[in-house]
Amino acid sequence: MTQINVRVDGASYVDDVEPRTLLVHYLREQLGKVGTVVGCDTSNCGACTVHLDGESVKSCTVLAVQADGSEVTTIEGIADGATLHPMQKAFHEQHGLQCGYCTPGMIMASIDLLKNNPNPSEHEIREGIEGNLCRCTGYVNIVRAVQQAAGEMSSTTTGAQA
Amino acid sequence: MTLTDEPTTVTEPAKEVGSARLRKEDGRLITGKTNWTDNMVLPGMLHMAFLRSPVAHGTISNLDVSAAKDRPNVVAVFTGQDFKDEQGSIPCAWPVTPDMVNPGHPSIAVDTVNHVGEAVAIVVARTRTAAVDAVEAIDVDYTNIPVVLDMEEAVKDGADLVHASTSSNTSYHFVFDAGEAGTGTDTDAAFADAEVTVSRRFVQQRLIPAFMEPRSAVVGVSGDNYTLWSATQIPHILRVMGALTTGIPEHKLRVVAPDVGGGFGGKLQVCPEEILALLVARRLGKPVKWTETRSESLMTAHHGRDQVQFIDVAAKKDGTVTGLRVRLLADMGAYLRLITPGVPALGAFMFPGIYKFPAYRFECDGVFTNKVPTDAYRGAGRPEATFAIERIMDELAVELDMDPMELRRKNWINAEEFPFTSVAGLQYDSGDYEQATQAALELLGYDELRAEQKQRRESGDPVQLGIGISTFTEMCGLAPSRVLGSLAFGAGGWEQASIRMLPTGKVEVITGSTPHGQGHETAWSQIAADQLGVPFEDIEVLHGDTAVSARGLDTYGSRSLVVGGTAVVKAAEKVVAKARKIAAHLLEASEDDLEFSGGKFSVKGTPGAGLGIQEIALAIFAAHDYPEGIEPSIDAEAAFDPVNFSFPHGTHLCAMEVDTDTGFVKIRKYACVDDIGNIVNPIIVEGQMHGGLAQGISQALYEEAIYDADGNLTTGTFVDYLVPSAMDLPTFHTGNTTHAATSNPLGAKGVGEAGCIASTPAVVNAALDAVRHLGVKDILMPLTPERVWRAIHQGGDGGARAAEGSNAYGGARTTESGYEEAK
Ligand code: FES
Ligand code: FES
Repeated sequence: MTQINVRVDGASYVDDVEPRTLLVHYLREQLGKVGTVVGCDTSNCGACTVHLDGESVKSCTVLAVQADGSEVTTIEGIADGATLHPMQKAFHEQHGLQCGYCTPGMIMASIDLLKNNPNPSEHEIREGIEGNLCRCTGYVNIVRAVQQAAGEMSSTTTGAQA
Repeated sequence: MTLTDEPTTVTEPAKEVGSARLRKEDGRLITGKTNWTDNMVLPGMLHMAFLRSPVAHGTISNLDVSAAKDRPNVVAVFTGQDFKDEQGSIPCAWPVTPDMVNPGHPSIAVDTVNHVGEAVAIVVARTRTAAVDAVEAIDVDYTNIPVVLDMEEAVKDGADLVHASTSSNTSYHFVFDAGEAGTGTDTDAAFADAEVTVSRRFVQQRLIPAFMEPRSAVVGVSGDNYTLWSATQIPHILRVMGALTTGIPEHKLRVVAPDVGGGFGGKLQVCPEEILALLVARRLGKPVKWTETRSESLMTAHHGRDQVQFIDVAAKKDGTVTGLRVRLLADMGAYLRLITPGVPALGAFMFPGIYKFPAYRFECDGVFTNKVPTDAYRGAGRPEATFAIERIMDELAVELDMDPMELRRKNWINAEEFPFTSVAGLQYDSGDYEQATQAALELLGYDELRAEQKQRRESGDPVQLGIGISTFTEMCGLAPSRVLGSLAFGAGGWEQASIRMLPTGKVEVITGSTPHGQGHETAWSQIAADQLGVPFEDIEVLHGDTAVSARGLDTYGSRSLVVGGTAVVKAAEKVVAKARKIAAHLLEASEDDLEFSGGKFSVKGTPGAGLGIQEIALAIFAAHDYPEGIEPSIDAEAAFDPVNFSFPHGTHLCAMEVDTDTGFVKIRKYACVDDIGNIVNPIIVEGQMHGGLAQGISQALYEEAIYDADGNLTTGTFVDYLVPSAMDLPTFHTGNTTHAATSNPLGAKGVGEAGCIASTPAVVNAALDAVRHLGVKDILMPLTPERVWRAIHQGGDGGARAAEGSNAYGGARTTESGYEEAK
């Protein structure tokens, strides 16, 4: 067992973890952060995407011990109280989700995409979320959601969040 | 884009139904406040992990679990021997013929394994990781038995057998002959007299539903009561079948489907793992959890499609079709699961499509192989049928040197002919194929693309352009119970709804149709809001828990809105009727003098005075003043059993670029116009179309479950099984025409499967249209660049995707053999 210190969605945690524990399993099983989900075992689906020190990562591809001393943001930590993150709002308004299983990862990846490219073309959006699979939507409305969020986020002075 | 004809049934003008309401269910899904089954933790809960067979066919010659039992934190290890007397068989609800052979489907192998991935032992431990670790310590040996993979080999006399207890690998032989059924003329005569015949062999490759949420089951134990939380589409069916299979009395078993992350038919199942979770929980008296990994899911959850189709069409030289003959080999896999044998039978009636064939004969052999069973996958039988008919119509057009749309137009049912009884005996409710086609041609920009195609041909452009057509109909709204009975299906097709009018005026709508992404909470609220005249926000839709929603038949077959939504209408009508009596009493008026509008009863000719239905809910809760002789409640429930299916239709057009140098195919534009009847929520409808299109297109271009010559699934991860990403799919251009369904008061036809059913042949027809002038007649799905390149440069159909001799279909093979040779 190895001791780690992590901040997750604004709260600090100290825990003993097995060195082999994946960050996603640590989040789900030890912290109860079950908003982040697992969809595969080969780092293909992106359902587990979170932000590690502000960068989007697939949390099934990061060991919990690698997050020691880091700041993790999950889907549960991006809304400002009752106010949704513009990306969450856009997914809702553009019907960018059906079953919602891919959604946490898709939203986290899309936020990161806009951080790096605030004004992406449709092609750049598709390329940017290529690592996140959705079986329900056919992606058209996800692309629209990212476009909407890009518009809203670039017109606010706060810019990209999380 | 919406084109509206005079609806054939008139429903009341409504403000919620038809409006683009944003979904109620999104709030929790976009914030991570979700209730997936795997999120569930119960006190003292143990974790299950499976040892699964690495061989496709063998006897278990040695199985020693003692070392695993000694591993830390392991509570128990079980094998098939431990459960052989109580596990029963995974139920098959659809014996399609009276003499269908069902060898039985143990949840855990007892002495023989019949496919890779079959459960052989179960470790139960305090943690997920301890269970998985201990699986490694199990000592097991198998004695191999010859593996049966290729259906065309498997049905030959003297073939190796999957099940030693059977005399052949054929489970059943299902026949529908329109001549014998009295719905058509003699097929043999039609072919004998034909001026032209075209025969083809098409392959519907094996697909994997690949819902994003892996399957998961948690069992809670309270005395002799069990609660099964499961990532299932069918909590109600699972409860009945789970009780019958395990012997847990039905009233002691509650099944809950919490948030469910997609299904597409893949969670329309009574899974071996669900049964085993119940058995283990009962044996240990402790709560247990099982959640599959993705590789476990791809390997052991049921697959879909997998047919070899021999199809013959007879026609006159002018293009008039005169006969259709279909013979299928349908891969059952190693066992029959819930509706494994019924999937091809569901398609049996749809091969004639939208065309006026006078003669039709369908035959299907269900064939056992050493692969995971097939079962429902989005469309279930109807995509296969649509593919075959829409592909062969193109082949006939080529044979006759006719425009493929003209050929279709010449043969399709005209708008004024509805309702139309098809040669398969189905009564198509409503539609206008010409109208949808015209709209789709405009949406695509057909004429310009045809001009560009011509220009590319003439200039010898390495990138050729093709346009593919699919004019389809499907059978939705499953299903009239009596029809299901006549097809020997084990259940009915009704649906249930209840409405509870709460004292504060809020409303609970309880549906037996359990969603897993379709947006029932929103659409049902819209329906109930209109019927009851209460605000959308005042309605909560409850579902998915057999303790809350006692009766139901769940979600599949594009049935929820058509059947389940109608049940809500019927229940609401009863609520209003009950409330009317109380309103009459409280308003001191005759019932006949009351009108109900906007949620309010008022006395005719006395505007202003009135009583809202939400106020009546409070009045009857207090029950201080209500008429004699009635119960103090305005709650109601209703079951609705449709009298007919509904028949959505549409025209799908795909423009495809094919790089003849590399074989790379790229959808240039995809446009479709669908008639799904009246629309309750256009946002949800568009989303369902998109998702269906993605899956149908993906069958054409990307997906294939491949087994090697030993029966190992070589596409067992998302690295190998290609679920498309955003980069792999185009933007879809969708539109609707509206001809109300005549079988339900909502006028809805169903939309869940349309995109998936229609799109696959449009895509393949488009690719072939691009390269037909280079001598290409067919390309096997999926149209990988390698296959397309081979078809262009080496001839044939592109061949197998797997190595020579290792393909489940017996390797590369193109024949024009049809019915005769296939026999
Ligand atoms: S679970 Fe992390 S990429 Fe699939
Ligand atoms: S919404 Fe279901 S997987 Fe994306």
